[in-house]
Amino acid sequence: MVKLAEWRGKEVFRKYGIPLPAGRVARSPSEAEAAVRDGGVPLPCVIKAQVLAGGRGKGGAVRFANTPAEARAAAEAILALEFKGEKVKEVLLEAKLPIAKELYVSITLDRARRLPVLITSAQGGVEIESVADAEIERQPIDPFPGLTAYERRRAARSLGLTGGPAKALDALLLALWRTFQQEDAELVEINPLAVVGDGLVALDAKVIIEDDAAFRHPEYAEIRDDRTPLEEIAREKEIAFVQLDGNIGVIANGAGLTMATLDVLKELGGNPGVFLDLGGTDDPKKVTEAFLLMAQAKPAAVFLNIFGGVTKCDTVASGLVEAMKQVPASERFPLVARIRGNNEKEGVEILRSAGITSVPDLRSSAQAAVDAARRAA
Amino acid sequence: MTVLVDHDTRVVVQGITGHQGTVHSRQMKEFGTQVVAGVTPGKAGSEVNGIPVFDSVRDAVERTGANASCIFVPAPYAKDALIEAVDAGIRLATVVTEHIPFHDMLVMYHYARSKGARIIGPNCPGIASPGKAKVGIIPNVVFRPGRVGVISRSGTLTYEIVNGIKEHGIGQSTCIGLGGDPVVGTSFVDALPLFEADPETDLIVLVGEIGGTGEEDAAEFIRSHVKKPVVAYIAGRSAPPGKRMGHAGAIITRGRGTAESKTAALERAGAKVARFPYEIPDLVAEIAARQARR
Repeated sequence: MVKLAEWRGKEVFRKYGIPLPAGRVARSPSEAEAAVRDGGVPLPCVIKAQVLAGGRGKGGAVRFANTPAEARAAAEAILALEFKGEKVKEVLLEAKLPIAKELYVSITLDRARRLPVLITSAQGGVEIESVADAEIERQPIDPFPGLTAYERRRAARSLGLTGGPAKALDALLLALWRTFQQEDAELVEINPLAVVGDGLVALDAKVIIEDDAAFRHPEYAEIRDDRTPLEEIAREKEIAFVQLDGNIGVIANGAGLTMATLDVLKELGGNPGVFLDLGGTDDPKKVTEAFLLMAQAKPAAVFLNIFGGVTKCDTVASGLVEAMKQVPASERFPLVARIRGNNEKEGVEILRSAGITSVPDLRSSAQAAVDAARRAA
Repeated sequence: MTVLVDHDTRVVVQGITGHQGTVHSRQMKEFGTQVVAGVTPGKAGSEVNGIPVFDSVRDAVERTGANASCIFVPAPYAKDALIEAVDAGIRLATVVTEHIPFHDMLVMYHYARSKGARIIGPNCPGIASPGKAKVGIIPNVVFRPGRVGVISRSGTLTYEIVNGIKEHGIGQSTCIGLGGDPVVGTSFVDALPLFEADPETDLIVLVGEIGGTGEEDAAEFIRSHVKKPVVAYIAGRSAPPGKRMGHAGAIITRGRGTAESKTAALERAGAKVARFPYEIPDLVAEIAARQARR
């Protein structure tokens, strides 16, 4: 998933006509000052860290300014922050508005119902998880008619809106629904949605775009998630690769089998450090790349656990043997292999001729990997 | 009919001329499935593994009487492929394709449902009934005919577990791999009543994963509607919260969908929950032995 920073989310919202405060992004204190002096951000203004984690208000990552100099100082303070592990690189400066009321609206997927759901609450401005269920209205949306007028009216009523703000909500919800569908979003959230005078303004924006829809959204390609450099390389090679705290590297195929493998290693006293899910591949080169990537993560030992389906055992075995030739002696690691399923015999034979034994039993092979890591550590 | 497929299942493979379509149409045939047609637009008149290829699903259905589809069409075109199958009268479609945007799957699911069709998947290994038919990609080597039903959200973990059961000398009635995507055509709750009603199934193995609430919903259903014994396993107990574990289904959000909550719900519903994949065959064998004594 691609989580968009607030300002990027707001750029998306602007495209669909969702009302926003006048604002500008700054990457340095002087840019912040200029944004206020001549960039169209009116005073007083609010300066917000552009980070993905929530709770910015309490964490000193949101400040206010009445003069250009104050804006500069606020930006300087925020840009020096590391907020929940994330270095602040950008701030968003926006007009501070006279807020009459703060509301919550979002659209996301209800997996159990297999329908999008419109979530509204009159208790905006706080984390929705902390709002009592009775204060939250959930309306499933059928994708065929889409978000209908009566559902939008019902949302307005649940938010206690009448007159101008109710009318504004009608247009805003339609725009939010279009954003959700056309941008292939997993989540579009406005919290808080402010009642300002006779209208509504989106004070924050949380937009998460689904990875699987990347083929029709090249515009999000350059936005990076919070990945480590090795995780980033893996993503480019379409290998699921996640770094954890331990020292055993796990290479498996399929998310379920990978997780089950981690569970077993942990139970046997091991500590998985990296896991790498080959997914479905018929290409020994991809397997070789996966092993070379694993070598760079410097595991104490590696456990290869493959159940051959689309990914055949002989494909994995050839890729592994090739990788072992390429890994420099200084980066070699003890390896325990278990390959079962499609073309098992061929795969086991390829490994055997390269001096690698495949242990067919899951428990014994996992135990061997745990022991190998312990000896190496 | 066991569950959804049997000797009368006649499969059309959509995307048969691609690599996966070619490989798996052959393996489905080797399993004993009647694979009667393939579809790749523009390739009508050719053959793959002795299976005639048509330009459209409608042609395939009219000429061969196909009544189930196995879809290997790439993600950007999968929605159209499914709608084409449903419009041609297909009422069971296994969608093997991975990385289908869930917005597309929402349309696919609700469209199919409105026409009385069932989707298995997407991003799934499909369904197999040993000795009868297979619509999907589960390796043939893991099966033997028997009386254990398997419902799983995983792919390769399903193979691992079914194989483990087989190596204990226990066979399966039908196995369904539902797929782990956020929107699935057939959920645990959709599949459970089929196995409960199936006279050829004595016991149900349910393989879940962290993420979502499909297993919790399944537990609720089991408690009130399932009389057959259930053995369950939930993968991902040691997964770090918030880390994406390979596919969309396997992510923990908002404290729900954890291995603990799923395990507890299933145990409350009377299921035996294995802690590791290799405990499943023993639990199954134990129950099977008890059933045999009765």
